[in-house]
Amino acid sequence: MALLEIRNVVRRFADFTAVDGVSLQVEAGEFFTLLGPSGCGKTTLLRMIAGFDAPDEGELLLDGQSLRGIPPEHRPIHTVFQSYALFPHLTVAENVAFPLRMAKVAPDDIRRRVQDALEAVHLSEKQRHLPHELSGGQKQRVALARGLVNRPRLLLLDEPLGALDAKLREEMQMELINLQKNVGITFVFVTHSQAEALALSHRIAVMNRGHVEQLDEPSRLYSFPRNRFVADFIGKINMLEAAVLRSTAEALVLDVAGVGEVWAPALPAVAAGQRGMFAVRPEQVRIQSGEVAPAGVGHNQVHGRVLDFLYIGDVTTYLVELANGTRLEALLPNTAPGRAKFFEADDPVTLTWSSQVGVFLDA
Amino acid sequence: MRDFQTSGGLLRALHPATLTRWLVSGPPTAFMLLFFLAPSLIMVLASFRFPGAFGGLAPLIGAGRAGEDTGLTLENYQFFFSDWLYAEIFVKSLVVALVSTLTCLVMAYPLALLIARSPKRHRDLMVLLVILPFASNFLIRVYALMILLGPQQALASAVNGLLALFGVAPVNLLFSTFAVIVGMVYVHLPFMVLPLYTNLEKHDPSLLDAAQDLGANGWQRFWRVTFPLSLPGIFSGSALVFIPVLGMFAIPDLLGGTRDILIGNLIKDQFLGTRDWPFGSMLSIMLTLVVLGLAGFAARLGRRDRNEET
Amino acid sequence: MRRSPLLWAVALAVYAFLYIPLVVVVLYSFNDSRLNAEWVGFTLHWYRVLLNDGEMLEAGANSLLIAFVSATFATLLGTMSGIAMHRFKLRALPLLVITPVAMPEILLGVSLLIFFVQVLNFTLGLFSVLIAHITFCVGFVAIVVRARLAGMDESIFEASRDLGASPWQTFRLITFPLILPGVIAGALMAFTLSIDDFVITFFTAGVGVHTLPLQIYSMIKIAVTPEVNAVSTLLMTLTLGMIIVASRFAPDALKGAA
Repeated sequence: MALLEIRNVVRRFADFTAVDGVSLQVEAGEFFTLLGPSGCGKTTLLRMIAGFDAPDEGELLLDGQSLRGIPPEHRPIHTVFQSYALFPHLTVAENVAFPLRMAKVAPDDIRRRVQDALEAVHLSEKQRHLPHELSGGQKQRVALARGLVNRPRLLLLDEPLGALDAKLREEMQMELINLQKNVGITFVFVTHSQAEALALSHRIAVMNRGHVEQLDEPSRLYSFPRNRFVADFIGKINMLEAAVLRSTAEALVLDVAGVGEVWAPALPAVAAGQRGMFAVRPEQVRIQSGEVAPAGVGHNQVHGRVLDFLYIGDVTTYLVELANGTRLEALLPNTAPGRAKFFEADDPVTLTWSSQVGVFLDA
Repeated sequence: MRDFQTSGGLLRALHPATLTRWLVSGPPTAFMLLFFLAPSLIMVLASFRFPGAFGGLAPLIGAGRAGEDTGLTLENYQFFFSDWLYAEIFVKSLVVALVSTLTCLVMAYPLALLIARSPKRHRDLMVLLVILPFASNFLIRVYALMILLGPQQALASAVNGLLALFGVAPVNLLFSTFAVIVGMVYVHLPFMVLPLYTNLEKHDPSLLDAAQDLGANGWQRFWRVTFPLSLPGIFSGSALVFIPVLGMFAIPDLLGGTRDILIGNLIKDQFLGTRDWPFGSMLSIMLTLVVLGLAGFAARLGRRDRNEET
Repeated sequence: MRRSPLLWAVALAVYAFLYIPLVVVVLYSFNDSRLNAEWVGFTLHWYRVLLNDGEMLEAGANSLLIAFVSATFATLLGTMSGIAMHRFKLRALPLLVITPVAMPEILLGVSLLIFFVQVLNFTLGLFSVLIAHITFCVGFVAIVVRARLAGMDESIFEASRDLGASPWQTFRLITFPLILPGVIAGALMAFTLSIDDFVITFFTAGVGVHTLPLQIYSMIKIAVTPEVNAVSTLLMTLTLGMIIVASRFAPDALKGAA
């Protein structure tokens, strides 16, 4: 049985439907992420799990028990808020002790468990400080310790890294992964940052307009997006209009606008004649100088001219225009020292990619 | 599904939150309905009534004494518009309020600006020094002015000495419109300083650097940057001075002469002097209308101001 | 340069304008003369007169009693209003509570006079003054408490529920300690407003009760004696003392009030 089950949950507000029939299951011990742009319904869903909001339709179950009508304080679920929500009049130790006091834990136990929790987030020496004396990263740790100290069944994290600067965010990501592994508590994490989601999660539900668009492991989500929204939202991707020429058990042969015949990984559900999009990631497209001779069946290839390039340090992105005006992006790692680019604008180039990469999207 | 929906709605209506909401907002609402709204509405009613046989107001409930008229009448309003005297007093009150407000503004602005531009550690003390006199009873402050403006004081001697040089007959500083305005300004000055300071303190100093960098001199920086940004503070400070001054009767009573009667004095006399309560109620309604009109005007100005900002 | 000498000059003149009259009152309270005209010599005579003035002392006691009782009730109702106005989307309550603060005092005074005498058939006195003072103080407390709540992160109240506190525990352990400085500031404001009030008391006191401001008013209106200087000086010392005590024990409260 799943730890948390969400069944056909709908939540309507006056002028829009925030969550529109979401069903999913979170397994015990999982690091589960709800990913989507702002307004996609992920925060509303989180608030319903925490108990601050109730679904108009559908059901939320924890360990198979319905959560209907149970107020937040009686759910074994804690939240790490985006603003941390530390009580400004209580010290760090008192903040962490709060859930234990509410649960009527014996004072001696409280003291010991608060120490343990603060040690786990490396904040033992700050326990007598007030929240306003802490840095953003330290507040974050206190909020985590407070949420974990009485071992909830589920810890909800609402964009907890959003307020931190880039370097600190990366540090905290590492810490979060380790913390979750060590305490073994199930995390449900909400974010709009695909990089954060990919780095942290065991599984990700990509949400859009109140729906779950795709629920998968990070690597599958990245490599095999199910539709245009997911493909576009996660990472950078080239999208070209395409029609299916042949669909076999081994491969999919497409007619891609401006490229011609393209071989792609097989998709049994797709039939010849279907129209849609062919999507391929820039780092899967190789770029070579001049016009290279065709490589044969199973290799996709197209000629074009370099239109522009962007040097980012570790890689350079080239924007290539094909003969019919279609534009494609290709990525080249800068492995050689002191070289910002291999091609100049207007250089003729050939783009190639394997028939094992790319995906056909019918919607 | 339908069933769930209705039961969900019901659950929400009977939720403890709804109960809390009533428990928290109920008592103050009931108290203010009884002791603020009800008296205000009764005053409106009273303004359409006749006075009682022994002054005051004819009984609102039940039959009156013999000879008492308990019907409704427009007489009070007709009387107000039939005599220029009342309109004149309203206009005079508005002029006194306007002059007092402008004087407060002219005095408060430099002070507020200075405080806002002082080092942070000095600001609280400078503000406290403005509020401190305001903590003493306003009658004491009026009384202090009575002493200072009195005929035997140095101030009066100095002014009259100066006037004598120009061959002008000596004047009485106390019991004059001048004294009334000085009193109004003295008592209400902090109400102008505080909102102005709160506004000016929030200005980003780099705006002035930017203006200077772009070639604005000192005056231009003030008129083109500081002043327009401080308009909300000016509006709220002006409202805080203008409205109380308009209804004030104690200051004209103590500092003014016999001809310095303002709306407040007129209303006070109807209630405690001549005891014509319906006429007094009518005057109070007129004052309310003037205040509401001004508040509406200020709100529109404020809105326009905000629209211009965005 | 941005604090030009001109600015300083005007500011100093304004400070002088604020303080010189009050200094004169204090000085004359020690002046051995019936007239507030020129300095004759030092005396404590006017303070002795004051201490033997039974009416004045009674008025003082009345003022303290009224201020204490009305501040207590106004703080209770005002705190409830402030919380209600912040927490729930209410239309009527803000209007009911804030309007009396924004209108000229005389309007509330005369409408309550009509209401007490004509509708409730009260004899004007202590009770009518108390009701009137509570009515105009509630709004001030509500404004301070609401401002205090508005400056707070909403999610801390949800965090408290989330971590296992009931609504009542959340109020007791989180909301109340956090709004307490605002409540204290509001209570101090209500107390000073009540003890200082002249206009509304003037209309609602009748002949039943005398307060200090009413007593001072009739003294300076009818017969000015330097006893007024003495009582003024004492009152100013008292308020100054209260402000110092407040800034010592509740520095936040003073900030909340400003």
